[in-house]
Amino acid sequence: MSDFTPNEMMTIAASRALTSKDVCFVGIGAPSAACNVARLTHAPDITLIYESGTIGTAPDVLPLSIGDGELCETAVSTVAVPEMFRYWLQGGRISIGFLGAAQIDKFGNINTTVIGDYHKPKVRLPGGGGAPEIATSCGEIYITLKQATRSMVEKIDFFTSFGHGEGGDHRKRLGITTKGPTLLITDLAIWKPDPVTKEFTVVSLHPGVTREQVQETCGWTVKFADDLEETPAPTELELKTLRDLQERTKRAHEGGKAA
Amino acid sequence: MSKVMPLDQAVRENLRNGDTVAFEGFTHLIPHAAGHEVIRQGFRDLTLIRMTPDIIYDQMIGMGIAKKVVFSYAGNPGVGLLRRMRDAIENGHPRTIETVEHSHAAMANAYEAGASGLPCAVFRGYKGADLPKVNPEIKSITCPFTGEELAAIPAHRPDVTFIHAQKANEKGDVLIEGIVGVQKEAALAAKKVVVTVEEIVPDFKGLHPNLTILPHWTVTAISVVKGGAHPSYTHGYYARDNAAYLEWDKISADRELFTQWMETNVLKATPEVFAERIKGL
Repeated sequence: MSDFTPNEMMTIAASRALTSKDVCFVGIGAPSAACNVARLTHAPDITLIYESGTIGTAPDVLPLSIGDGELCETAVSTVAVPEMFRYWLQGGRISIGFLGAAQIDKFGNINTTVIGDYHKPKVRLPGGGGAPEIATSCGEIYITLKQATRSMVEKIDFFTSFGHGEGGDHRKRLGITTKGPTLLITDLAIWKPDPVTKEFTVVSLHPGVTREQVQETCGWTVKFADDLEETPAPTELELKTLRDLQERTKRAHEGGKAA
Repeated sequence: MSKVMPLDQAVRENLRNGDTVAFEGFTHLIPHAAGHEVIRQGFRDLTLIRMTPDIIYDQMIGMGIAKKVVFSYAGNPGVGLLRRMRDAIENGHPRTIETVEHSHAAMANAYEAGASGLPCAVFRGYKGADLPKVNPEIKSITCPFTGEELAAIPAHRPDVTFIHAQKANEKGDVLIEGIVGVQKEAALAAKKVVVTVEEIVPDFKGLHPNLTILPHWTVTAISVVKGGAHPSYTHGYYARDNAAYLEWDKISADRELFTQWMETNVLKATPEVFAERIKGL
């Protein structure tokens, strides 16, 4: 087994959560890499949907944006954006929403809008895009992000998209019928919500990672499952698939006019 | 009277200072050439509507022609943040701008409501999210049949919508294929519609019968601008110039560099330069 980076482990662990039966709304960045590694390894029949309206897409390189031409060329169907959000997302046809996050709290609430006060922001982030409705209309939500104390915080500055709110049955109280965040994959660990409190709990540490490392890079006091597991290391096939995909992507995007 | 005219004329005859304007194209077919023409003509106090403001609104905001921006995602797709827009929001440079922020679902629904002649859009959205707390235009409505609480926002009704398309025919019917985005809805929601196209062909005989998105009588003006979506792309004509999007991150990071770039590439340029820019793509 060759060496692998924490980021590679994160992407591969995330890819393993997906199956050929899933219909997955794909966020750009880390989720996009994970979804395509899944498609190229163990989940060839997964339906990947990007918010640009491409349904069942199979790109050869990772898109730089959610609307790259290749997503459309390789898709089963491409629909208008209002249709995407009305018939497909709001209509309840998507089983998994896969999101990244700038800031997240222990209940899987996500902020990608502002750091600081909304009206006088310290940093203005891009905003929600499709996320507010992806978070409540998809059957369940997977989240992936790199651990850091500034991104995993006790209290997020803005609820761009709703996870489990204050925990417990908060979703139900708001009339939300979908499951919300059920899986969080970081560069160090796999987390799942506690069945009752809904607080994300570490269920598996990636190879070589210690509990202390997970705590040092997280802004809240981390809970660990009693039967803590070790995430299996990436296989040769998984690593090769991911690296080849990233290499093809790098060549395609840097190429610009030469491409 | 022919709808086909040079882009500078199409912009001059249809846009007014203070107008509410949509420039749509969801990553694909973004009407950059039209945006540059609007900047060149020095319009003021525009309210800009666009789902994903992108480079073109970064340029407009950086040049100070917008007073208000209605949007749902303000990023350079796949690259990072919009630095000129951030400078306006965080530091009021070159002027303060008002922002009205929505989700994608809300924006798409608002265009559809506008195209449908409805006063508002109704959808299942914003549950648990903070945007309704900071955007007073997000309200709720109770379904009279089930009692479900749904989100409601005003319909988008732009004074002018600008879009870019693959082609028009001599009558002025407009064809789009690939990622179709929200352009049909944005066009039909608007009072006036200006379309730039890669080419005008005699007719659409032999082409797929569902590709015409706008019949000629829904379009106000058409201008041929080859490459008019660059650095966005036109499906079937040229690819997205991803390197230009990456490059924009550097140009927009510096006020001085931005001003120089705009001077050279927009203020002193003409729509014809776009044909050069897509060579090799």
